[in-house]
Amino acid sequence: MALLKSSKIISTVRVHPPLGALSIRASSWWSEVQMGPPDPILGVSEAYKRDTNPKKMNLGVGAYRDDQGKPYVLSCVRKAEAQIAAKKLDKEYLAIGGLGDFTKACAKLALGDNNEVIKSGRNITVQTISGTGSLRIGANFLSRFHTEARDVYLPKPSWGNHTPIFRDAGMQLKAYTYYDPKTCGFDFQGALNDISKIPEKSIIMLHACAHNPTGVDPRPEQWKEIANLVKKRNLLVFFDMAYQGFASGDIDRDAWAVRYFIEQGHNIVLSQSFAKNMGLYGERVGGFTVVCKDAEEAKRVESQLKILIRPIYSNPPMNGARIAATILNTPDLYKEWLGEVHGMANRIITMRELLVANLKKEGSTQNWQHVIDQIGMFCFTGLKPEQVARLTKEFSVYMTKDGRISMAGVTSGNVGYLAQGIHAVTK
Amino acid sequence: IMSLFGEVPQATPVAVFKLSNDFKEDANPKKVNLGVGAYRTDEGQPWVLPVVKKVEKIIVADNSLNHEYLAILGLPEFRSSASKIALGEDSPAIQENRVGAVQCLGGTGALKMGAEFLRRWYNGNDNTKTPVYVSAPTWENHNAVFANAGFEDIRPYKYWDAEKRGLDLDGFLGDLESAPKHSIFVLHACAHNPTGTDPTHVEWMQVAEVMKRRKLFVFFDSAYQGFASGCLDKDAWAVRYFVTQGFEMFCAQSFSKNFGLYNERVGNLTIVARDSDNLKRVLSQMEKIVRVTWSNPPSQGARLVAITLNTPELFAEWWDNVKTMADRVLLMRASLQAKLQALETPGTWDHITQQIGMFSFTGLNPKQVEYMIKERSIYLMASGRINMCGLTTKNIDYVAESIHETVVNVQ
Repeated sequence: MALLKSSKIISTVRVHPPLGALSIRASSWWSEVQMGPPDPILGVSEAYKRDTNPKKMNLGVGAYRDDQGKPYVLSCVRKAEAQIAAKKLDKEYLAIGGLGDFTKACAKLALGDNNEVIKSGRNITVQTISGTGSLRIGANFLSRFHTEARDVYLPKPSWGNHTPIFRDAGMQLKAYTYYDPKTCGFDFQGALNDISKIPEKSIIMLHACAHNPTGVDPRPEQWKEIANLVKKRNLLVFFDMAYQGFASGDIDRDAWAVRYFIEQGHNIVLSQSFAKNMGLYGERVGGFTVVCKDAEEAKRVESQLKILIRPIYSNPPMNGARIAATILNTPDLYKEWLGEVHGMANRIITMRELLVANLKKEGSTQNWQHVIDQIGMFCFTGLKPEQVARLTKEFSVYMTKDGRISMAGVTSGNVGYLAQGIHAVTK
Repeated sequence: IMSLFGEVPQATPVAVFKLSNDFKEDANPKKVNLGVGAYRTDEGQPWVLPVVKKVEKIIVADNSLNHEYLAILGLPEFRSSASKIALGEDSPAIQENRVGAVQCLGGTGALKMGAEFLRRWYNGNDNTKTPVYVSAPTWENHNAVFANAGFEDIRPYKYWDAEKRGLDLDGFLGDLESAPKHSIFVLHACAHNPTGTDPTHVEWMQVAEVMKRRKLFVFFDSAYQGFASGCLDKDAWAVRYFVTQGFEMFCAQSFSKNFGLYNERVGNLTIVARDSDNLKRVLSQMEKIVRVTWSNPPSQGARLVAITLNTPELFAEWWDNVKTMADRVLLMRASLQAKLQALETPGTWDHITQQIGMFSFTGLNPKQVEYMIKERSIYLMASGRINMCGLTTKNIDYVAESIHETVVNVQ
């Protein structure tokens, strides 16, 4: 159309651009591309950044902050970095499956040092781009090879990014009851009821510890019943463990559910992230594990995981994995790390207690026990969307619409202000 | 319990990595690895660029730096400086605010993001049937990247003329003319992998003319900028020419080779759009794709590159390091060609010095390649591709003699 017009103009206009260029400039390939909505979680941080209120609080994304509200680079991480720098290593490509020293240690951390699975070589653990990358590889793997079922059952609610990841990989998403808004706790019976109806061979996603976004975890006896029921239903278990160490402060305690399921004979798939527990967020350190029938099957699965990884990013980044491996494999650094994780978890527990104490001081008559009962980085406050909106607008407290706050963003300096705000919108 | 993965077949290993593996296990002291594409010094060692070492020290010493998440699209100072490297600092497209970028995991990651975006948004909302053309031959992962992104119709375009050991321009132009409108073409910006054969400026202009007329999509893969000629601007000529021709296009950049940052996965998808509004919407959709793939990219490598590119003395030092690598490759090319000529090895060997970049398509056939590996412990790809960086002043005689012996004894 533009071409026709310009040919008519040529005779009357003296100066004009070359015909070809005019028709190209007329349109764009991307005219029909819609503006994508901002990411619900990461979008919160962007909005926070734009706010000029000096009292603003970012309780959106789950990144740990110290009591000054500053990012915390673990001391064991700095030490590991210094050690690595001194070694003058090269920058040659890693294998597709990643750094061996890292993947071995990663599996040991999750499954326990003397786990029979590791001893018999029947797990395959590959290095991934943190937790997201791990979930994505897992989703791709299941989509391609778990042809018996397309359905992934997520707890209701689950991390916001679970759904788009699995959907993009071609899976269908369903949900099982998990959170009880009446108690702000675990709806155990509801979960069992729903799980008992899940069709055989479906995939069920379980948060290993420190459930995101609710902070509500099953107790060990409840995990046992879930494991039993899941076995009866013959479901494929996908554990997402993004907070090992961060929940209770104890590495082994936080991995208890994962290890129990394996003991009970579930051949699980597992995603691990070192973003939070080692503070390596931007270095993208994670692992994906498939527990197989035997070592031979593990080899076959490994070969297929490589085929999946190669066309996405070829091989994973070295820096973070090297740091994590150094920490996990060096006894004093490992010990120091356990102490620091414990420290981070403790600060969060303290903030929970302080928040509740301050709410009471403000005169709130609501029941805030769940703030203390919930575990890990996040707290499902129970605030409704309108209350969240007010908290953001009137107090510049940024959080996700579902009422989730990152306790890591709370400090002894701002917990009072937070309590004020929450009380104001809930009284 | 029956295993859910009982039916998972053993996949064939990725060729280039298997080659490296076999090389590692070979006990022959004279063995030479001309396989995987990574730079080697004249001692046959990996080379961490001096400027990289310097910047690493700067980073380690800077206590104000932490390991927080980068934005979904990556480190802003990395993205913009990387795009400037590709398009030129004074690129009108940059000045017109219609250039954007996505920091990705290496060149592979950049290709992946571009492919995923195109499949969803290029020509309508479902481009699974849109043809994607890759050169014959091409980097073996191109096919998998696009197939994995959902493209069902991936086709070769004529490129390498095996007989004349050069570019099949007529074939290339012919395929451009006959490709369905809106087809996507993956073009190698410079130092074509695996052939080392690049179009001349005039030939690129011819390619651009057809692509513009037939509304074909331009997707550059730029993995060797600086590495080909030793000059960053020279190596970017084709990309910049296409920009002047008004194309909306993608350019997948890798900093693996020219920064020697292979394992830090430093890549950038540069996007040239019609205007800033289109660009904005494109970037917003890129974010969605990034979020379900890796959430946000790794920070170390991008930081390193950004500091280097944005600090004049470091930038100059980097340019120098790049030239060092390119020069050594040029020297090895000249040496190998001279030795083969001196040995009077049958065939013509001018292509060794005419080709450019890390790789050379020797012209050795699969039988000859097998002979080189089995009888001489010289490892190269079945296609006859050798990595010039694997040659050193110490092994070049052995390699030249081996090629000679192979060509004479094996047909």
